[in-house]
Amino acid sequence: MAWASLENRYGDDKVYDACGLFGFIDTTGQRHPGDRIIMALTNMKERGNGLGAGYAAYGLYPQFSEHYAFHVMCRDRASQTELDGYLRRHFAVVHDEPVPSRHVQGILDPPIVWRYFLFPQSAQMVGRSEEDYIVHQVMTINSQLQGAFVVSSGKNMGVFKGVGHPEQIAEFYRVEGYEAYLWTGHTRFPTNTPAWWGGAHPFGLLDWSVVHNGELSSYGINRRYLEMYGYLCTMQTDTEVIAYASDLVIRRHGLPPERAVAVFASPLWAELAHRPEAEQRLYRAIRQTYGSLLLNGPFTIIVARSGEMMGLSDRIRLRPLAAGIKGDLLYISSELSAIYLVEPTVEETWTPLGGEPVIGRLHQRPTRASANGRAREPVMATEAQHG
Amino acid sequence: MANTFGRPHSRILQYSVARCAAVSPQPEGRSLVPTVTVDASGILYRELNMQLRALVEGGARRIIVRGVLGQRYLGTSLQERVEIVVEGVPGNDLGAFMDGPHIEVLSSAQDGCGNTMNSGKIVIHGSAGDILGHSMRGGSIFVRDNVGYRVGIHMKEYESVRPVIVIGGTAQHFLGEYMAGGILIVLGRGQEPDIHHPSHYVGTGMHGGAIYMRGSVETDFLGKEVGVAPMQAEDEWLLRQYVGEYVEHFGGDLDALLGFPFVKLLPLTKRPYGRLYAY
Repeated sequence: MAWASLENRYGDDKVYDACGLFGFIDTTGQRHPGDRIIMALTNMKERGNGLGAGYAAYGLYPQFSEHYAFHVMCRDRASQTELDGYLRRHFAVVHDEPVPSRHVQGILDPPIVWRYFLFPQSAQMVGRSEEDYIVHQVMTINSQLQGAFVVSSGKNMGVFKGVGHPEQIAEFYRVEGYEAYLWTGHTRFPTNTPAWWGGAHPFGLLDWSVVHNGELSSYGINRRYLEMYGYLCTMQTDTEVIAYASDLVIRRHGLPPERAVAVFASPLWAELAHRPEAEQRLYRAIRQTYGSLLLNGPFTIIVARSGEMMGLSDRIRLRPLAAGIKGDLLYISSELSAIYLVEPTVEETWTPLGGEPVIGRLHQRPTRASANGRAREPVMATEAQHG
Repeated sequence: MANTFGRPHSRILQYSVARCAAVSPQPEGRSLVPTVTVDASGILYRELNMQLRALVEGGARRIIVRGVLGQRYLGTSLQERVEIVVEGVPGNDLGAFMDGPHIEVLSSAQDGCGNTMNSGKIVIHGSAGDILGHSMRGGSIFVRDNVGYRVGIHMKEYESVRPVIVIGGTAQHFLGEYMAGGILIVLGRGQEPDIHHPSHYVGTGMHGGAIYMRGSVETDFLGKEVGVAPMQAEDEWLLRQYVGEYVEHFGGDLDALLGFPFVKLLPLTKRPYGRLYAY
């Protein structure tokens, strides 16, 4: 906590503007260098103010694809030593190294950034699943160790983020040199919460990453609900709850992403009343179960995990989202121009309705119809019965 | 390049002309209009708009801007009858506070086109994003295809000054939200013969102006503050005028477009929220 307040030297208690998002997936799994997403975010310069930027990349570490990649940040050597000891006590560490970085003009006082490739040993997990054990340890580190935290903790992926403009953060982490089949990125204009390295987007847990434009007025209730399930919010930024909520609802509770959309951006009651009876029962049940995870307030998000990327804006679209397709690639962006910049011959672009997700998956050639994961798809009988 | 426009160059103009192509030859069939081509690739919006302003001050009356990708506020605050052709996707708030120019965009546009524009015209050969014509006070906007959320939000009019927006395709939700004046026309082209607009909450909070939608709207989802009104002879005249102008820009069969029934939406009251805070 002290760290966050230390780094908020900007007096940015409350300003109004917009963040910028960009993401793309090559559904064939072919990997692309980071230069295009850097260009796209840099093109949306006016959407950020240099107080946060970051990238999430999937397919990043094929040489360690079976191990969890922990990207960590440490305030100083002492906190790094403490974190290192903690990780070695609780995991089998296969390899660790500093995340290669450069000195960049304008990047002030960066933390120590390190990465570990590790796996939990069964004796350590005491009845937890591997993923639950990782979540538990990440929560413990982020809430209890002073001056150290885990930025991302999934397999074959990683998050690179910090306080700076997108081109500065990219230069700092040498993002252009990495290759990934799925990239998401963010340029930040902090509104209600401090600018610090942990508060930059994407937010990661396991292989989830979330970038967000907007603000969640439901943060308090979302956070308290997630605490009941062992998720502790430590990053002082509303977006954090979306990463944890995705893990809870999609991974632990097994809802498909198309249904999780009804948790985060549930259809308005007035609209639900016009849907078929079975659908109404299903959505009522989801709303009754997960009412505390409804994301209220303006937002556009890109939620990604291994092999999948989903863009979603709030139900009345108070933040922008554009989508585009070129061959096997699906693009999601805050602004159409950024898509045209990196893909001048994009075949189709469109803007989905608020609350209507755009989904890209590995090995599914994207079309506008397939990417449009409108929860309006037929409700399966088994699902409807639960209502 | 000296004195091409009959005026001494300012420092900015000299700088910008260095980056501009020479005055291009006149396209056939055009009267002698001083035309300048600007390459906007990689130029930030502030610099680009300064260039445009300097060129207009220098006498340019037709400016072709190439390589536009996301630069905001193009044409903002220009107060001359200048023609600007935009190649590429312009950024948000295209033509904001614009007073006179005619902007033609050869592709789609982003959010906030024509924000608080006062007069002039914007023609978009593609789709446009959210809050098109936000608080528009005069002039006209023609969009060939579809538009996003809250188009025409809080448009207004004063005496004979009525802003007009004509949309060739359809609109997403909250069309004409809090609309206080002006005219919105939505054609639903390409959906014939069964034109159905998916727009919900049309005219929420509307208290002035008129919305014309060709085909049918989801009456279950109309804003609470609007009602369907019968078409009058003057409405037919008005549609012929503005849909005709749409056809001039984008082509199409005017009689076929007008032969289809329109739904006219008017506000039920001039002060929908007059009693909101009064008990």
